[in-house]
Amino acid sequence: MTDEREPVLDAAPTDRPGPVVESPQQAGTAGGLVPGVSGGQAPLLEMRGIGKKFFGVPVLVDVDIDLRAGEVHALLGENGAGKSTLMKILAGAHQPDGGEIRLDGETVQFHHPRDAQMKGVSIIYQEFNLLPERTVAQNIFLGREPRRAFVVDTARMEALTQQLLTMLNVEAGVSPSTLVRGLSVAQQQTVEIAKALSYEARILVMDEPTAALSIHETLALFERVRLLQAQGLGVLYISHRLKEIFELAQRVTVLKDGRKVATADVSAVTTRRLVQMMVGRDLDHYFPPHAAPEARGDVRLAINGGAVHGVLQDINLEVRAGEIVGLAGLEGSGRTELAQALFGVRPFNSGTVEVNGKRLRLRSPRQALKRRMGFVTEDRKLEGLVLPLSIRSNSLLALRGLGRWFHGDVPGHVSVQDLVRRVDIRAPSLEQEVRFLSGGNQQKVVLAKWLATDAQIFIFDEPTRGIDVGAKAGIHELMRELTNAGAAILMISSELPEIIGMSDRIVVMRHGGIVGELPADSGEDEIMLMATGEHDLESAA
Amino acid sequence: MSAASARLAPSGLLAGARRRFAASSSAPVYVALGAMMVVSFVLIGPRFLGYDNVLSILQRSVALGLVAAGQTLAILVGSLDLSVAYVVSVTAVLASVVMQGNPEMMIPAVIVVLAVGGLIGLTNGLIITKLGVNAFIATLGMALILRGLLNATFDNFAGSVPREFQVLGYGNVGPVPYSVLLLGMVVAAVWFLLRHTRFGHHVYAVGGSEETARLSGVRSHRVIISAHVLCSVAAALAGLFIVSRLGAGAPWVGPDGGYDLESIAAVVVGGTALAGGRGGVFGTLAGVFILATLDNVFNLLQVDPFIKDTIRGIILISAVAVYALRLRGSR
Repeated sequence: MTDEREPVLDAAPTDRPGPVVESPQQAGTAGGLVPGVSGGQAPLLEMRGIGKKFFGVPVLVDVDIDLRAGEVHALLGENGAGKSTLMKILAGAHQPDGGEIRLDGETVQFHHPRDAQMKGVSIIYQEFNLLPERTVAQNIFLGREPRRAFVVDTARMEALTQQLLTMLNVEAGVSPSTLVRGLSVAQQQTVEIAKALSYEARILVMDEPTAALSIHETLALFERVRLLQAQGLGVLYISHRLKEIFELAQRVTVLKDGRKVATADVSAVTTRRLVQMMVGRDLDHYFPPHAAPEARGDVRLAINGGAVHGVLQDINLEVRAGEIVGLAGLEGSGRTELAQALFGVRPFNSGTVEVNGKRLRLRSPRQALKRRMGFVTEDRKLEGLVLPLSIRSNSLLALRGLGRWFHGDVPGHVSVQDLVRRVDIRAPSLEQEVRFLSGGNQQKVVLAKWLATDAQIFIFDEPTRGIDVGAKAGIHELMRELTNAGAAILMISSELPEIIGMSDRIVVMRHGGIVGELPADSGEDEIMLMATGEHDLESAA
Repeated sequence: MSAASARLAPSGLLAGARRRFAASSSAPVYVALGAMMVVSFVLIGPRFLGYDNVLSILQRSVALGLVAAGQTLAILVGSLDLSVAYVVSVTAVLASVVMQGNPEMMIPAVIVVLAVGGLIGLTNGLIITKLGVNAFIATLGMALILRGLLNATFDNFAGSVPREFQVLGYGNVGPVPYSVLLLGMVVAAVWFLLRHTRFGHHVYAVGGSEETARLSGVRSHRVIISAHVLCSVAAALAGLFIVSRLGAGAPWVGPDGGYDLESIAAVVVGGTALAGGRGGVFGTLAGVFILATLDNVFNLLQVDPFIKDTIRGIILISAVAVYALRLRGSR
């Protein structure tokens, strides 16, 4: 199989002798493993002992990372491992609770993203910060428009922009006077890079830059990153696409559950080793037993050749009564889009959907609802609940939407008390506004909403995201109770333990298509390899 | 798509201008204005384009045009101002009370009036940014406050302006009335501000996304406040023009002119997005001309004036629908 030589790793942060870190020479050579690094200089960037809690929950614990000039350093980890939080701290968008940031050995503090920008730290988020109605040049120089005698010097601004674009080898379609609205995602990203450079960035953070790019665009991006690297920029590159990391990065740091696992030379690790570092953890959570094979009933939901232009292709999927099908995949692999297509939010352009054996065209959520489908969305505050309304009103939202009754009340057989008892919501009163509830209780209200309509086919998108452990177990129990009573569940989750613990079958998506199915007892690394596409590489090797 | 068409387009100054016109958000309003002129000409005949009639349309546009030019700034920055009608009243009354027919008081009165206008705008801006009150509510409240103060103090025409001041309303330089010149200068100034100054660039940025602007180092509160100050000053200029026409100010001159909602209508018909960040003052000017031409045509044809409002409503809704469709088409 693969070459399993043991990768050389930095010592875990706790093993690092404290005082020694103070000396830049020592810090630079602590691992003693990267060839071609002069020991005499402080690294471009050091983050030491970074800690951060949100509402008392630690999301980063004592994380160290450093970056050298002219290096691409990949930051790897599962969803929720703390990568984005760490980068937001570096960019000044969050303040750390502990630890320090040093640039060229000098301690700095960023209170505002502008502080970081002025010190040469620029970050390119997945969501771009561009004004669609303004030109490329106006976007790049926003807030710092060059002037001549109180008048914005558009000619100079566009000339400077053209220099940046030329340096980045941007194709002819993008000119300084083009409106950003008309640009593709990849072109907008280039504008963001140009904007970062215009601040004379020395450190560039890129958060999942290839998530929305085609292969061709990805290669162009890599060329640009190498260009920046050659000019001495340090690039922190967040991704969970392992292939990219091997292609682009010199070093990689793996985070897991808010802690640093290790920093390693990319040339010294294998894909399998990285995956192990990312996912290797104990299941600390009890999951209800899987469904017995004989408990699975008829096909409730079947998709044949489902496709949405540019988002999903050739989806074939079946969900039976009594089973939970787990949908695994990286962010951007099309999982949520599939759920939305099924529920009629953004319907399939082609292919067929059968519900309980009947071919249907689901063009709107209302139609899906009438077929007794329920959709527990990813963002409960935005899409699942009306926050200023009471528990009662939210529970009855979908039912009332169907308009099955004539007065302001609900049909006799639906009792909000029963619903609330079934899902076990802990609240002083049914009239309590849901915005005051905890995340777990809010999620239960969403669930009660679908129980009220007597849904039989459920789509759960990240059912336990941001919910504490106790409520998590409660939601999991409820899901299993539903299938035991004959419901069919399609569950999307980025948490592999949840996928493994809950699913009776695991379906893996990548690049908008289904790439394979795995049995319930699969390992996390198997799922991860399939989701990243490294599976094919390894078996080919 | 747009990139490809940009490359295929013929080069040259004219082509560049044509392309910029097609891409400008207010292009449809000029087409609509042109179409309206043609229809009016057919309905009314050569008289419609005669010197007297064109002048009458232009003069009819001055007061609304001044208010709408300022309103353009408020809306572009992502806000709006419902208090402009009462700013017009306040300044008209104040000007005539301070002048009392005395020519020597003209300059002090103008200064006082513009300062009061600016102060009202400043207050609006501060309430919106620092207290976080929604612009609709903040300026509606300001409108009520001003109305109450005016009605408690005056119940009829108060004071008067001297003959010399009425030149603003009735005088000409050559063939062009002073008032039309004033409108032209204000519109040009707003255009220059938006197109060529940092402030203007920041107005578009804050209106497009306050957060993006803030993260790029733009002091968004200052931009919003300044836009409101300029908006109210423009309304004060409209008040000065009106009082020079009437000879004296009265509390009802602003609200009777409907400058609050009509200025917003003119801005929106002119292609500026009500949410801010897109549009411009030339579009607004065209919107004002469309409304004024409509008035003029109805006057000349002596048709039931109530129908006019119906047609205005249709124009307003179709304009916004056309912009929405264009925007969707370009995605």
